[in-house]
Amino acid sequence: MTKLAPVLSAHWDEKDSFTIAAYTRHGGYQASAKALAMDPDAVIQLVKDSGLRGRGGAGFPTGMKWGFIPQGDEKDHYLVVNADESEPGTCKDTPLLMANPHVLIEGCIIACHAIRAKHAFIYIRGEVTHVVRRLNQAIEDAYKAGHLGKGIDVVLHVGAGAYICGEETALLDSLEGFRGQPRLRPPFPAIAGLYARPTVVNNVESIASVPAIVANGAEWYQSMGTEKSKGTTLYSLSGHVTNPGQFEAPLGITLREILELSGGVRAGHKLKFWTPGGSSTPLFTDAHLDTPLDYEGVSAAGSMLGTKALQIFDETTCVVRAVLRWTEFYKHESCGKCTPCREGTWWLVQILRDLENGVGTEDDLAKLLDLCDNIMGRSFCALGDGATSPITSSIKYFRDEYIAHLTNGGCPFDPVKSTLFSGANA
Amino acid sequence: MAYTPDQLQVMDAIIKRYPRSRSAIMPLLHYVQSIAGYVTNEGIELVAKLLTLETAEVSAVATFYTQYKRKPVGEYHVGVCTNTLCAVMGGDAIFAALKEHLGVENDGVTADGKVSLEHIECNAACDYAPVVMANWEFYDNQDVSSAKELVDSMRKGTPKPPTRGPNSLVTWKEASAVLAGINDGKANEGLQAGEPTLLGLKLSKEGK
Amino acid sequence: MTTTQENPTAQAVELITVVIDGFEVSVPKGTLVIRAAEKLGIQIPRFCDHPLLDPVGACRQCLVDIEINGRAFPKPQASCTIPVEPNMIVKTQLTSAVAEKAQRGVMELLLVNHPLDCPVCDKGGECPLQNQAMSTGNGETRFEGVKRTFEKPVAISSQVLLDRERCVLCARCTRFSDQIAGDPFITLNERGALQQVGIYENQPFESYFSGNTVQICPVGALTGATYRFRARPFDLVSTPSACEHCASGCDMRTDVRRGKTLRRLAGDDAAVNEEWNCDKGRWAFKYVTAVDRLTTPLVRGADGVLAPASWPEALAAAAAGLKGKRAAVLVGGRATTEDAYGYSKFARIALGTNDIDFRARVTTDEERNFLSAKVVGSTTTYRDIDVADHVVLVGFEPEEESPIVFLRINKQVRKRALKVSAVATKLSIGVDKLKAEFIKVAPGAESAAVAALSLTAKSIILVGERASESTGLLSAVAQLSDKSGAKIAWIPRRAGERGALEAGALGALLPGGRPVSDAAARVDIATLWGVSNLPTNPGRTTSEIVEALNSGSLDAVVVGGVDPLDMVNSAEVLAALKKSFVVSLEIAPSAVTDLADVVLPVAAITEKSGSFLNWEGRPRAFDSAVSDSLNRSDLRILSAVADQMGESIMLGTVTQAAREIASLGKWDGARANFASVTAPGAQKISGNEALLNSWRRLLDLGTMQKGEANLAGTARKSVAVISPKRAESLGVKDGDILRVSNGHGAISLPALVEDIHDDAVWVPRNSFGTQTLISLNAVHGDIVTVVKA
Repeated sequence: MTKLAPVLSAHWDEKDSFTIAAYTRHGGYQASAKALAMDPDAVIQLVKDSGLRGRGGAGFPTGMKWGFIPQGDEKDHYLVVNADESEPGTCKDTPLLMANPHVLIEGCIIACHAIRAKHAFIYIRGEVTHVVRRLNQAIEDAYKAGHLGKGIDVVLHVGAGAYICGEETALLDSLEGFRGQPRLRPPFPAIAGLYARPTVVNNVESIASVPAIVANGAEWYQSMGTEKSKGTTLYSLSGHVTNPGQFEAPLGITLREILELSGGVRAGHKLKFWTPGGSSTPLFTDAHLDTPLDYEGVSAAGSMLGTKALQIFDETTCVVRAVLRWTEFYKHESCGKCTPCREGTWWLVQILRDLENGVGTEDDLAKLLDLCDNIMGRSFCALGDGATSPITSSIKYFRDEYIAHLTNGGCPFDPVKSTLFSGANA
Repeated sequence: MAYTPDQLQVMDAIIKRYPRSRSAIMPLLHYVQSIAGYVTNEGIELVAKLLTLETAEVSAVATFYTQYKRKPVGEYHVGVCTNTLCAVMGGDAIFAALKEHLGVENDGVTADGKVSLEHIECNAACDYAPVVMANWEFYDNQDVSSAKELVDSMRKGTPKPPTRGPNSLVTWKEASAVLAGINDGKANEGLQAGEPTLLGLKLSKEGK
Repeated sequence: MTTTQENPTAQAVELITVVIDGFEVSVPKGTLVIRAAEKLGIQIPRFCDHPLLDPVGACRQCLVDIEINGRAFPKPQASCTIPVEPNMIVKTQLTSAVAEKAQRGVMELLLVNHPLDCPVCDKGGECPLQNQAMSTGNGETRFEGVKRTFEKPVAISSQVLLDRERCVLCARCTRFSDQIAGDPFITLNERGALQQVGIYENQPFESYFSGNTVQICPVGALTGATYRFRARPFDLVSTPSACEHCASGCDMRTDVRRGKTLRRLAGDDAAVNEEWNCDKGRWAFKYVTAVDRLTTPLVRGADGVLAPASWPEALAAAAAGLKGKRAAVLVGGRATTEDAYGYSKFARIALGTNDIDFRARVTTDEERNFLSAKVVGSTTTYRDIDVADHVVLVGFEPEEESPIVFLRINKQVRKRALKVSAVATKLSIGVDKLKAEFIKVAPGAESAAVAALSLTAKSIILVGERASESTGLLSAVAQLSDKSGAKIAWIPRRAGERGALEAGALGALLPGGRPVSDAAARVDIATLWGVSNLPTNPGRTTSEIVEALNSGSLDAVVVGGVDPLDMVNSAEVLAALKKSFVVSLEIAPSAVTDLADVVLPVAAITEKSGSFLNWEGRPRAFDSAVSDSLNRSDLRILSAVADQMGESIMLGTVTQAAREIASLGKWDGARANFASVTAPGAQKISGNEALLNSWRRLLDLGTMQKGEANLAGTARKSVAVISPKRAESLGVKDGDILRVSNGHGAISLPALVEDIHDDAVWVPRNSFGTQTLISLNAVHGDIVTVVKA
């Protein structure tokens, strides 16, 4: 039996998959018609029953989030879709929207109905021009077809380059026209979100999963996945593998299974370290090949499922270099609001750069870890926490490699060997 | 440069997309960028006026987001992903090669104004690494020579088409207009998905 | 007291008890943990936290361990953002090793990019970063890397300098500018480690309240151009003081080194200015020393020349010139309450007259009647603004004319969308910021608009001194108040006017609001003063005094702190002074000096003690900041003159005067009746004629702003404002030069096309290039001609 279960990706191989014609051909917009005929609370219950959990990284039960929206409060409610996919390694929402933007729009219609919202905003990162085109066209076509504009409106909001806007409250500030810096919580978005009104913020994949749940029922969705992690999801395999790509499978599949399916680590090499869900999730090694990739399994093994961005690095890769580069990313993307993240990432980069260059002593590793301790859990939002993950986890598994840089007086790795075109174009 | 009545009308329509006008600040900045190629002082002052904000409030937003440029970039703005995965797999080598090939540093523009170069963060196409973006269109699976060829084609005025994108590469200004939400009619051009995107589906159909 | 008093604490406040470091404390619901800890005397270090700004939780310096109902937060929490809850147990750095390490960790990070240039930093010695680095930091840094550098300092206005290297990005300044002042001209720019405070390059930080950001900056990132590098805080002698610039009544602190005022800071008075003040109050103090002060008395000799004289000579000359003469008193609106009381008593006892008026400005009899009947003794306060259902502005631009009133209204607008209406001719910057309903009227047509308002007993009408310039307007205000029960607050511009009113420096009133015409009132005061009787006829007004001096009905006048150029028909005023025997009490040579017969130098505000009554009638007492000054306050000199005249007023010291004022007691008798005046309405215009609309801006050519170039650099630019309709008919666009003229003279200014009544033109009253009283001798509602120059 196949280990894969394409639901979201079921029709991506059709050339016109992104058009409303193709979407409708496969039953598109029937789920929303069904949902609109249901009592909103019944829709929320259905999603609760399905066990769908947030696919943006945190895994919060989607139906429960919807249930937090106060009902009968006479206020405007909003649905905001987080399409600001920017976590390093994460590349699932972008191909999804390129191949099938309508499934998100249909999901928006259902979610808006459930939470009694008239307005949905899709906040998409700005660095994907063609995806913006596709989504915009899809929205236009959905209006023309009468799916939108009859009580539910969808507005596409295009970001402009800021990883922090993937944090839901920073996203809301950005959407309101401010600098995208996280807000204090409470109040939580469910009470005072966009324009201080009750708001649900969901990831693209979460909302896109809803039409199939409505169409096929909670039991169908429940039948896939593991005990507490239900349904299917997109796993994004990248890096030093024979065949990178998107793999939609029930939650709980292992990296070993995905590698076996796809052709494994690139020929002649072996797995060294990998991220289960983007760079903010602590690194795994070959010891974690059989860890079930569901919320509980990954967490029990000391990391987080995150965005299921499986970045694979083989033995040619210098872990210090990899971690330094991620740290530079966090420094670049720190919003600047809070001290630990802003100043901490500035400092971390300098120490790691020295270490990568073989400058420093073993004491610097202790300092690095203590610095991480002063950032982790001290920052305003999770960005600062995430910045420490690659550092602490890499020292945990590869302390000797850090030391080797110091004894070697520099990086012992040849960067050419880890390139895809090593020996060819380089 | 004064804004034309048509342009002002577009901006008015952008503002009307939102329940509260301030939300329009980002698409408006994309839009003024599509007119001048970057966010000019004139653009900031106009956006402030249209949204009844102070200019400082607009510049505070404009300087927060890296896609808003406060000085001119090339007609084709090339971004090389040098986040860890792409960097390791060749992004660093591509970026170094392009700097040398174009004779510019990071954030530099070639003297002819055709190409500007920037190293960028993860662009959500890791299964196509190493990735190069031009005017935020995808150029997947690049290597040093393909990247050089790409920028050469840009300098000749006949840029190669994106691997996943419209049939031909639009200019920086045209792309900025798309990001402002203006439909350029090219949504149906190009692939629906590349091979890696379809790999799982293909394997599944093969019964794997 | 028999009257019922509103007790603000009477409302049941829900108290919550929490345990902090083992001590229980009960605080009102909603109190932040950091504030609850303060109640116990536990100081949690902090930077971004400020009790008057919205919590932001940015600096992370105040992290503490918290558990609620036995459940501990997994990580330390920012105590500046978390309100207390029942069953909360808080462990600060004093009892939690985790909190202690977290705080030390944050402090170390804050210093990573700090230049540690304390030896050359103005903030050194009073710096929260310096102090808390001592209490919460480590002696040695572990940072061995490269620090972030910025160009330093950059001038973000002519009076504020920004050093981004010192900045800890607490955002107090940007939040103040946005949340309190409504002037988001400074913002956080860029991102991450490059995030920095800044302005938009073409718009400097020209907010009337910018100085507050310097004061609340917890590091030396924002400094004032005037104070920069001038002193160390520990070399300064600080004196609590009150602001003399306007009637808002700010509590202040004056810092003096070796007899020279080096800076003034906003004081902390929750009932009045909270912790803020305006830039004029903060940065306009050099007028005391910028001008050549009068150092000795001057007496005009037989040769007609003013010559220095000894005090005994001068006092004798003054007494001789006044004794037995028909004399009056003109005291400006800037006298302290005690000094005004001195003038009031001097007029009645030494001169035997009620001819006294503190209103050295554009006035009417209607206004005097209004002040006597509706304002003296009134008790409207800032608190009334806090609870009002509707605030109406009449002849009053709060941001320009009483900035703390503006901040208070703005606070309520922001907090609870307080409804504000402004009856005015031009939509001002301040009124726009208050999101007020702009009731646009032609100059002179205000009364009808006021009459049409519908208010309640919870409403308040804030009336400016300019309301007197529209005949019948104060009557309309009185009628509206009578009809609706809405409270009236009269808010003059000058700091001393309310005090002078209460001190009886007005022809119709004796001290304490006692009508001159009331025999019982006269007996009250005569008894207190130990005299057998007091003059019975209500005295002349300012303009009547001037007229009487000119016509010869009066012989002499005592003038204290009056600028003739503040009045209409200043030529007549100067002629009157020229003709009469003039005794002038002043700090520096002025237009009056040249015409005076005896000039008596007096102490400037910093050299004496005293008090003002702010617009609320609330005493704002202050001590002498320059303790070794030999200059004496007006009342002491008046006392000496009276002694010379043999009509002692017994006011040797400010304390004596204050004590006497305190013993006046309340006047329980009838107030003066108010006689309504009918409004004639706006004048008719034709062609290029327009009705003049004008007010003084906060920062302008006022004499008390002399010598403050940095401050003047932030003044709003002089413009002539016309409506789009008029602009079209004149073919004028923004920036074109407009000529505003009448038979008296002309003013030429760049045009600004804005929301103003079509029949009107607005120009600043006393700004650079535009002094309407001098150039046009025109006031509100007068007809002028407006053409494109």
